[in-house]
Amino acid sequence: MIIIVDYGMGNLGSVANMFKKVGAQAKVSSDLEEINKASKILLPGVGAFDTAMNRINDAGMNEVLNYKALKEKVPVLGICLGMQLLTAGSEEGVLPGLGWINAKTYNFSGRINNELKIPHMGWNIAEIEQNTAITKRYQGEIRFYFVHSYFVQVDDESNSMMKTNYGLTFDSAIVKDNIFGAQFHPEKSHKFGMTLFENFAKI
Amino acid sequence: MLRTRVIPCLQLIDESLVKTVKFGKHSYIGDPINTVRIFNELEVDELCFLDIRATVEKRPPNFKILHEIADECFMPLSYGGGVRDAATAKKILSIGFEKILLNTVIFETPSLVTEIANYSGNQSIIGSIDVKKNLFGKYQVYSHDGTKKQEVDPVKWAMQLESLGVGELLITSMDKDGTWSGFDVELIKKISNAVTVPVIANGGAGSIHHIEEAVKQGNASAVCLGSMVVYQQKEMGVLVNFPDRDNLQSTLIHEKN
Repeated sequence: MIIIVDYGMGNLGSVANMFKKVGAQAKVSSDLEEINKASKILLPGVGAFDTAMNRINDAGMNEVLNYKALKEKVPVLGICLGMQLLTAGSEEGVLPGLGWINAKTYNFSGRINNELKIPHMGWNIAEIEQNTAITKRYQGEIRFYFVHSYFVQVDDESNSMMKTNYGLTFDSAIVKDNIFGAQFHPEKSHKFGMTLFENFAKI
Repeated sequence: MLRTRVIPCLQLIDESLVKTVKFGKHSYIGDPINTVRIFNELEVDELCFLDIRATVEKRPPNFKILHEIADECFMPLSYGGGVRDAATAKKILSIGFEKILLNTVIFETPSLVTEIANYSGNQSIIGSIDVKKNLFGKYQVYSHDGTKKQEVDPVKWAMQLESLGVGELLITSMDKDGTWSGFDVELIKKISNAVTVPVIANGGAGSIHHIEEAVKQGNASAVCLGSMVVYQQKEMGVLVNFPDRDNLQSTLIHEKN
């Protein structure tokens, strides 16, 4: 069972809807026991970095998530803020992230042309940098729906899975072994997102 | 290279999909769920739903329809109409919509914007402003589905909504609604030049050329299409459709970065 981790932030309904659409068994849960039994973990998230880390820490989820991701090595997919949480930390907050992937989260503000609106909101193209279990069956141009004010950059290019340009080039998807992150919203990206969810469900 | 969002804006009256002309009489278009299935197939960028009579009829949003829409749609969704408090907004967000449009309620309870923003972020709120020109050509803001005049300048009101915390603004020209005669580019430009949040132009779209005008001359970040996506042509029958993607892309490509 894929567990969609509910730590009180994010659009869980549409994530669950899309897993249902691709025929995968998924459940939204905040229960530590259930998370502990998960065959795969989806880490969603919309909102502020520190608020999210506080909720995860306060709910005592940190330990079980670390165990699942790093010891048991079940497939993990973080989306949007959920991907940023996989990094060492963010300019948005002061708390450390989960730190599973060597990357950091930076502010668009001050780094891109003033004429470009922040957040980066809308459909944009992602270029696949590295083929992984979740980039299967993609052909031609792929586009996703983005909404974010902070972006991720990997420390080591071997962790970059997709890149996107918005005033600068950032890592729109990252990977390390069993751990995947997507900055965009696959659950809001039509067939492009469905392919990704389907691939994740089939790992 | 971000693409300009081109958003079908669908008008609901409770369970029916309708289309108005100049905020006046409405024509029945069809069943909203069948329509969204077609837009899903067409892979449109985003969908916006407005229950245009919820506020004046003092009805809450029709959650059943919103559930059915969210179960079908794998694209960004926004909803407006009859959202009077944060609890209602939260419920709609939990169904799978990511943006709530607020209009009339902001005149009565401006703090609602901040309250929702604190919960789900500024990007989850679209401030909606309906504007009509008076006999002397002066722009005036209306609430309550265009039935109540508000004594506030549209540009000032837009700036005020931005400072309250809306993440986007939907600017609707009541005079242009359902006319196929092009957006009110002057209005869109005045507002988009006064705020930093994205401005969505609404009312009057009849061709890709009109979309181009709103984006290139009016500085709109996104556009809403009404009649154009539910009718075959002006004065013709219902046909749910969306402009050709390649054609749109070559016309609208952002060259800023």
